[in-house]
Amino acid sequence: MSEQTKVIGRTREEMAQRLAQDIPNGSYVNLGIGIPELVARFVPEGRTLIYHTENGLLGMGPSPEEGKGDPELINAGKRHVTVNPGAAFFHHADSFAMIRGGHIDLCVLGAMQVSKAGDLANWSTGEPGAIPAVGGAMDLCAGVKSVFVITQHCTKTGEPKLVDECTYPLTGLGVINRIYTDLAVIDVTPEGFKLVELSPGVDFDYVQERTGAPLIPVSD
Amino acid sequence: MINKKVASAADAVRDVFDGATVMIGGFGEAGSPIELIHALIDQGAKDLTVVSNNTGSGEVGLAALLKAERVSKIICSFPRTANSTVFPDLYRSGKTELELVPQGTLAERIRAGGAGIPGFYTPAAVGTPLADGKESREFDGKEYLLERGLKADFALIKGQAADTHGNIVYNKTARNFGPPMAMAAKVAIVQVNKVVEAGEMDPEVVVTPGIFVSRVVEVTEPAFESELVAAGASYP
Repeated sequence: MSEQTKVIGRTREEMAQRLAQDIPNGSYVNLGIGIPELVARFVPEGRTLIYHTENGLLGMGPSPEEGKGDPELINAGKRHVTVNPGAAFFHHADSFAMIRGGHIDLCVLGAMQVSKAGDLANWSTGEPGAIPAVGGAMDLCAGVKSVFVITQHCTKTGEPKLVDECTYPLTGLGVINRIYTDLAVIDVTPEGFKLVELSPGVDFDYVQERTGAPLIPVSD
Repeated sequence: MINKKVASAADAVRDVFDGATVMIGGFGEAGSPIELIHALIDQGAKDLTVVSNNTGSGEVGLAALLKAERVSKIICSFPRTANSTVFPDLYRSGKTELELVPQGTLAERIRAGGAGIPGFYTPAAVGTPLADGKESREFDGKEYLLERGLKADFALIKGQAADTHGNIVYNKTARNFGPPMAMAAKVAIVQVNKVVEAGEMDPEVVVTPGIFVSRVVEVTEPAFESELVAAGASYP
């Protein structure tokens, strides 16, 4: 018999697709680097979202064809992008006034750890000798109206990323509203992590075992 | 008659002095004023404090200035970029000090410095290690950190076009830190693809008004960091 591990829960693409269902038409949205970038591919038909990238563009469009990129038209991950109709360019101080001033409706970030109080750690493992780099994550989670996290439920070594308290250096305190993982959608509430829904084929106990704090079941 | 156009990048950076604070525009390679930075390397000023979002890539532009050991301190939000090999060694050996600042706080500190505002309160970084040692204050039940405005002796910026009065327009996301840095520096130096006569630029489209700009220099075909790095170039 082969020792094949059964794949349970949603793929990265399915997680992004699930999250995209929850973004209202007309929202101004900032997508972080990594899995968050996938969300743009799955916006339901009939909805128009306006993507903000903190290096100075509202109305960011998809990546151009290979070899058609403009080195002066990039996103926060420094990848080539395009502009959609109705786009606007602006400088960095204005861009972060949009963020800090509460004008952006939603941002989607990756995570190393999220605590039951909604604290986020996503910029540093705090290892000595590592080059610390923070970028705009602290400003985003301090200023944007809703902050969603999209992440694998556990680390590559199987440790829970949803924890009682973060052990890595924090990015923001009590800033996360909702978490989308391969296993579940979970809200951060004043009572702690509250299950919104399980991924297809996943049961409650399986998620609870892989979560570092109590999970409140879906209310009847 | 006002004419802020200077003949060359070398002329534009002639008076940068040892120990100066120099803001350098750009987000990654977009808006990085490579020709001005190379002229600054040739000019030789050292012990600089540089304010810039990143630390460059490969061994050209900002990374080359760092490699030449002209920078004793960098104030920066994201010093870790693909192909950023020069800075990690300087940081670990203690040759270049790093002041890490959240990106929006960096942008606002520069803007505030240029606007005559010595300090302001921001919610970013509350409760994180970057709040250590900073004064905090509560407004309407929420905690904020006091951050200081930043000024500079010089700013090196890349625009798309200028007129002889120093009015500037930019190209797409290469605008990034250019406008606030122009405000915050005593001497803002802008390289552009083209300099036109005063009157030839529509005042409605000007992004940085000439009052913030001391010198403009024409670099008709500026290099791009990614192309230089791909070609294995290093400077000097």
